[in-house]
Amino acid sequence: MIEKTATELSRLLSSGSLSSVELTRAYLDRIAKANDNLNAYITICEESALEQAKKADERRAKGFRHPLLGIPLAHKDIFCTDGINTTCGSRMLENFIAPYNATVVEKFEDVGAVTLGKTNMDEFAMGSSNETSYFGPAKNPWNIKKVPGGSSGGSAAAIAADLCAIATGTDTGGSIRQPAAFCGVTGFKPSYGRVSRWGMIAFASSLDQAGPICKSAEDAAILTSVMAGLDNKDSTSVDKPVEAYSATLNKSLKGLKIGIPAQHFRDGLSSEVERSIKEALKVYEQMGARVTEINLAHNHLSVPAYYVIAPAEASANLSRYDGVRYGYRCENPVDLEDMYKRSRSEGFGAEVKRRIMVGTYALSAGYYDDYYQKAQKIRRLIKNDFDRAFEEVDVIIGPTSPNTAFDIGAKKDPVAMYLEDIYTIAVNLAGLPGISVPAGFSEGLPIGMHIIGKHFEEAKVLNVAHQFQQETEWHKQKPKFGLED
Amino acid sequence: MILDKSEVRKIAQLARLHISDADVDEIGHRIKEILTLVDQMQSVETKPVEPLYHPFDAVQKLRPDVVTERNNREELQKLAPKAEMGLYLVPKVLD
Repeated sequence: MIEKTATELSRLLSSGSLSSVELTRAYLDRIAKANDNLNAYITICEESALEQAKKADERRAKGFRHPLLGIPLAHKDIFCTDGINTTCGSRMLENFIAPYNATVVEKFEDVGAVTLGKTNMDEFAMGSSNETSYFGPAKNPWNIKKVPGGSSGGSAAAIAADLCAIATGTDTGGSIRQPAAFCGVTGFKPSYGRVSRWGMIAFASSLDQAGPICKSAEDAAILTSVMAGLDNKDSTSVDKPVEAYSATLNKSLKGLKIGIPAQHFRDGLSSEVERSIKEALKVYEQMGARVTEINLAHNHLSVPAYYVIAPAEASANLSRYDGVRYGYRCENPVDLEDMYKRSRSEGFGAEVKRRIMVGTYALSAGYYDDYYQKAQKIRRLIKNDFDRAFEEVDVIIGPTSPNTAFDIGAKKDPVAMYLEDIYTIAVNLAGLPGISVPAGFSEGLPIGMHIIGKHFEEAKVLNVAHQFQQETEWHKQKPKFGLED
Repeated sequence: MILDKSEVRKIAQLARLHISDADVDEIGHRIKEILTLVDQMQSVETKPVEPLYHPFDAVQKLRPDVVTERNNREELQKLAPKAEMGLYLVPKVLD
């Protein structure tokens, strides 16, 4: 039962053949068995989950209906949860308990979803492998020697191994889509501003966006319709009506124009990944879509520009961790300066400190024009490439990541790790919606296909992803993890 | 790209990070690698290009200047490492 999609579970719950309490218990049992090996959760909320499940069953008895009522959910540990630890994968926030819920958390509570716990992540979402987590890396359920991807690796691993039915993630440069690809699940980053960032711990504010990680595009449509919408508490959230994403999933793709960026099929792309994506394109052609090559000429500059913009914004956002109002404070500081410096140095891990320093450097006197301004100009060129491409095509398709999941500990060099995000980062710089869906396997590890849409065309992206999942079974494949005992 | 020990220390000071003598070379080396990656940006001429600070060139929304939040100082100060009588405590600043 725990392997089912939320859509399927919702039917069982509505029919009365299953209660949310039973379902929640089943997931808690699975977590108890599997989490020690997977390290997908940082915090498990057994007691409150069962209370919420009971409440969900009561609400149903009183006539309340929603597809997510009583469905067990895991939140990435970047979303503030009232009364439950929110660590952001960092020692800095190891004991932090937010006094309020993030808007996203509130919205899921309103419809009656059940919070099972908080999932593991790279520290402050800075990483592509989950290895920068202060709490140790989450593991990939397809092979526990491999990384689950990052930064939302715990959520993706939990979905793949059925430690929850649905999950949330955040994506600044690929942090929903790349772990979804590595773990063989569906991960969707909506357009910038579509989902409120209020209560979501900030990394790079002009790039961060929350979205769902789940078992199908059909589920992603339900989750996105809950998460999306204007929020007066987030001045960057967008005042556009939320479409009925589930209603358009079955639209025909006949005549759909798919753009294939030449730049996403070049050196560095594994031949197995390339083969799977080309197979997937044939599936679309059989559905009546037309495939044309497009040119994203500045894509190779997306990683360099990102590693100025994201660290610059991070260095400003993370200046709030000073050991005064909340978070870690060092022992016996001799003076104020010593307290700031040691609290930050002991509270942050190596990757976070590196990025703060790169950002500080890029913003420091004499370097602003060469780095920050230059990067924002490149960002414009990248966005212009997409605008031009979208004059010709409806969606853009390519691989999510050039390779499948790599070994834990294999990438010691930060720059080598950064280059793994070569297909996802440009989408954040341009603020576009992008989804990763399972599209094949290489040596037992999942391959993700990346579908990019125009601004606020979430419905189209989900429609294109869902139609693929109607024709293929990749998203239904399950790792053998934990089934042997 | 030159990044000597004193520059690494200067950046750390600006960022209020403490770096031990043992780590300064390693950190400098890593940052230099990142800046080398970043320097690929210089390969394109961008003089006439307007910087894009926001994906949709949006500007900051304004709202009426009225109080919308309740005062929850006590609740928030419970999170502080050290607070007393409504004040955050830090090491002595003045002698």
